[in-house]
Amino acid sequence: MSPSDLIPLLPIIAPAAAAVAILLIIGFGRNHALAAALSLVGLAAGFAPLCGMSPTASTRVASLLTLDGYALFFVGLILAAGFVVVLLSHGYLQRRERQPEEFYVLLLIATAGAVVLAMSSHFVSFFLGLEALTVSLYTLIAYERQGRNGIEAGVKYLILAAVSAAFLLLGMALIYAEFGTMEFSRIAEAWSDHGRSLLALAGLAMIIVGVGFKLALAPFHMWTPDVYQGAPAPATAFLATVSKTAVFAVLLRYFAAIGAAQAGSLRAVLTLTAILSMFTGNLLALMQASVKRILAYSSIAHSGYLLIALLATREYAPLAASYYLLAYVVTTLGAWGVVTALSNKEGDADSLEDYRGLAWRRPWLSGALTAMLFSLAGIPLTAGFVGKFYLLTAGVAGRLWLLVIMLVINSAIGLFYYVRIIVALYSQPRPGGAEPPAATRTSPAASAALAGLLLFLIWFGVYPAPLIGLLQSLAGNLR
Amino acid sequence: MILTWCILIPFAAGVLAWLLARRSVIACRWISLLAPAASFGLALWAGANGDAQGRCLVEFKVPWIPAWGISFSLTMDGVSLVLVLLTNFLSVLAVAASWRGIQERVGFFHFNLMWVTAAISGGFLATDLFLFYVFWEVMLVPLYFLIVLWGHERRIYAAIKFFIFTQASGLLMLVGILGLYFIHGRAAGVYTFDYRALLNTPMSSSAALWLFMAFFAAFAVKLPAVPVHTWLPDAHSEAPTAGSVILAGLVLKVGAYGLLRFAVPLFPGAAAVLSPYIMTLAVVGILYGALLAFGQRDLKRLVAYTSVSHMGFVLLGIFAWNAMALNGAVAVMVAHGVSTGALFILVGQLYERVHTHDLNRMGGLWETAPRLGGFTLFFALASLGLPGTANFVGEFLVLLGTYRVNIALAAVAALGLVAAVIYALWIVQRVFHGPNRERWRFADLTPRETAIAAALVAVALWLGLYPAPLLRTIGPALQQPLPYQPETRPPELTLAEPKARGLDRAQHVGPERTISEAAGGGTH
Repeated sequence: MSPSDLIPLLPIIAPAAAAVAILLIIGFGRNHALAAALSLVGLAAGFAPLCGMSPTASTRVASLLTLDGYALFFVGLILAAGFVVVLLSHGYLQRRERQPEEFYVLLLIATAGAVVLAMSSHFVSFFLGLEALTVSLYTLIAYERQGRNGIEAGVKYLILAAVSAAFLLLGMALIYAEFGTMEFSRIAEAWSDHGRSLLALAGLAMIIVGVGFKLALAPFHMWTPDVYQGAPAPATAFLATVSKTAVFAVLLRYFAAIGAAQAGSLRAVLTLTAILSMFTGNLLALMQASVKRILAYSSIAHSGYLLIALLATREYAPLAASYYLLAYVVTTLGAWGVVTALSNKEGDADSLEDYRGLAWRRPWLSGALTAMLFSLAGIPLTAGFVGKFYLLTAGVAGRLWLLVIMLVINSAIGLFYYVRIIVALYSQPRPGGAEPPAATRTSPAASAALAGLLLFLIWFGVYPAPLIGLLQSLAGNLR
Repeated sequence: MILTWCILIPFAAGVLAWLLARRSVIACRWISLLAPAASFGLALWAGANGDAQGRCLVEFKVPWIPAWGISFSLTMDGVSLVLVLLTNFLSVLAVAASWRGIQERVGFFHFNLMWVTAAISGGFLATDLFLFYVFWEVMLVPLYFLIVLWGHERRIYAAIKFFIFTQASGLLMLVGILGLYFIHGRAAGVYTFDYRALLNTPMSSSAALWLFMAFFAAFAVKLPAVPVHTWLPDAHSEAPTAGSVILAGLVLKVGAYGLLRFAVPLFPGAAAVLSPYIMTLAVVGILYGALLAFGQRDLKRLVAYTSVSHMGFVLLGIFAWNAMALNGAVAVMVAHGVSTGALFILVGQLYERVHTHDLNRMGGLWETAPRLGGFTLFFALASLGLPGTANFVGEFLVLLGTYRVNIALAAVAALGLVAAVIYALWIVQRVFHGPNRERWRFADLTPRETAIAAALVAVALWLGLYPAPLLRTIGPALQQPLPYQPETRPPELTLAEPKARGLDRAQHVGPERTISEAAGGGTH
């Protein structure tokens, strides 16, 4: 193995190496700024080689990992999202934690796991990546050891994720039992040769259950609101973006390989899941008084929207899904970033009351949050609109009329609760109401991250042409 | 490029006004006043230099998202010219009318006002369906903020209702646009959102019917047509004065313009099949709106309901679809913008003095404010369609045009004029005559307020007494466009013909049968 063979693995090696380095440094003495800086360097070092790679080439590493244009895009997205989360975390942890350095270690390992997922083309790497991601997430979610909510959220995630992993493993085992291989491409060949067998279909269903947990699709969504609310805000931002993106990336690759999304019964199941997720997420979000829970339920609905891309034709599926995910990641990071920036020593900014009249105290932060919420709702001039437009295009092209109409209805419902937060932001603070939480200065790193996200959101909402071109060259050749 | 400036100037002015407001509120107000005025001048200049004979006066087109066949394409013909002029005119007056009333968050207020102006102008000019949709949605957000931040008591309810109604129906239109995009793309091999390319797309009549209904849903909500009008009274009555002026004067017009420019020309067959039903809806709207207006205790709600009635005439005129009715419909759009805008401004000025909209608490105000009373009387009369005002010209032409298509509907719609007399005089009677029970005493209109009202009177009178320039401008645009003029309807529409034309006893016999018959007739 020559050193040049290692270059495709650099996106995994660099964050992992940074994690080890931070661990070693902690042994000598704690230094929060150094830990954060090292994490940034590690993530950037993982990102850098991606820029030099050809989008059409496809590098395979021992049949476990594939780095083609499609993986290139998702790996880049995951590393960039991890980078932003680190930027957001620094100020937050500075205010909150006495021992913040391990947070970065876990974050880096989880990111490396997510990168493995995005590159995986084999059940083994699929599962390894998923576990590296999930095990780090257990701890990230419960990082706040003092509070009850953190522990509760961590345990909840631990139990449900373990159950879902069991489902996933059994599904993989069933498919292996039927076809005798764990490579996606070989499974695809066997699938088309043997036709559908009951065993393989059962295996596929179990995999969907397992993946459904990770993507917070209804009816496997129960953990989402509690975990999103209980976890520290930057951890939630990571969970909602990186973890979801990685799992969806591998799901889409797997489905595109075996072409199973075209099978009738599976389509029916996925359609039902999509509709159920949209309605569950949106209707339950209407009843929440906590911004974190609203965002959690909204993420369930967005997972439902994403399934539309999965069911669309091959011509549109990867493109629509990648654009939508990109917009979703930017927007969600922005929204949670604002929550992070508003959280002070006592607790995270959570109840709607904390946000009342914010526009007159913190105009830039609430302007950013407003833009993010409009993007989640799919209002034009934001990236979220272009993403939703792409989904609708994919849906109409694939003649998924039922899903398209459901998307329209749910967008209207969704608008209601996004707008509720915006109303709170811009209404006058109640005289004699609760004292607004003590103002905290937004750290420069978080400000820069939020400004970057906002710029990205508007730039690619107004002029998405270059991004679409990039996606077509990268994700377009997923076959 | 001029057209781009027409849109860009208010957009830029909005940002500038917001930034300046911290330093100087006066500068912010003046910028907001001058920007639409500049756009007005530019549009006028573009229109005057354009090719007055042809349909299209000015055109501008650059690719925007080439991968999807989307371009930034603006076109101005006579109708767009008139509506853009109206937009900027009312926007100037809305700024002027808020000069004293708005004292909080002045910068953000004018930012929203400028952006909604720009987006509405954009909506009137866009000839790319994607671009049109973007403008359509972008105008909602600033309006939403205008209502939420500066509205009256129930503003949050009203704003959210307005937002959700228009957003949901707008998304249906987007689905319709995408459906059309793919049907055209598959047939022609070129995927584009360009309006002119999409005209005359061949498609099955059932597809046309579905797509037409998706478009119609959006435009009917915005117009608004009964039964999806319920957002209007809430939004109009809770909005601040400037917001009501923009809503009633301009936003409703975008709905009408959408029907005129997009829904009917893109799907002429489906429009013809459905036209008897839509015209019936329009007449129901005319009468129902007038009836509800008469029943209101809240002065602003009353004025809001008159909009439902007036926009019924526009809907009727558009679906009668002959040159006369179309000219009338556009004239009503302009006239209604001026007269209802004026009424909302006057109601706002009254509110600044008495701080209530409750008709039961008013009365006998003529003595204390004769100028306010005089202007209100004038616009109440304009609103009821008194000859000599623009409203008369428009409504008369609509009725005349409708008469040629369907006598019964024209006759019933004419009753709307009678109802208008009742509610218009009712306003004047309740507010300005009778005993002054609450012993109101306040200053009459200031010179600024008088100037605003006088400008509106001048326009209403000019368009009413000498409508030739208006009709000459919009005429050519309404002459050619259009497939499905009653004389030259495509053959498949003949089945619907007897129902669309006069003596429509059949319509009362079996509407279901008619629709299936007509749709079935289209498929062969």
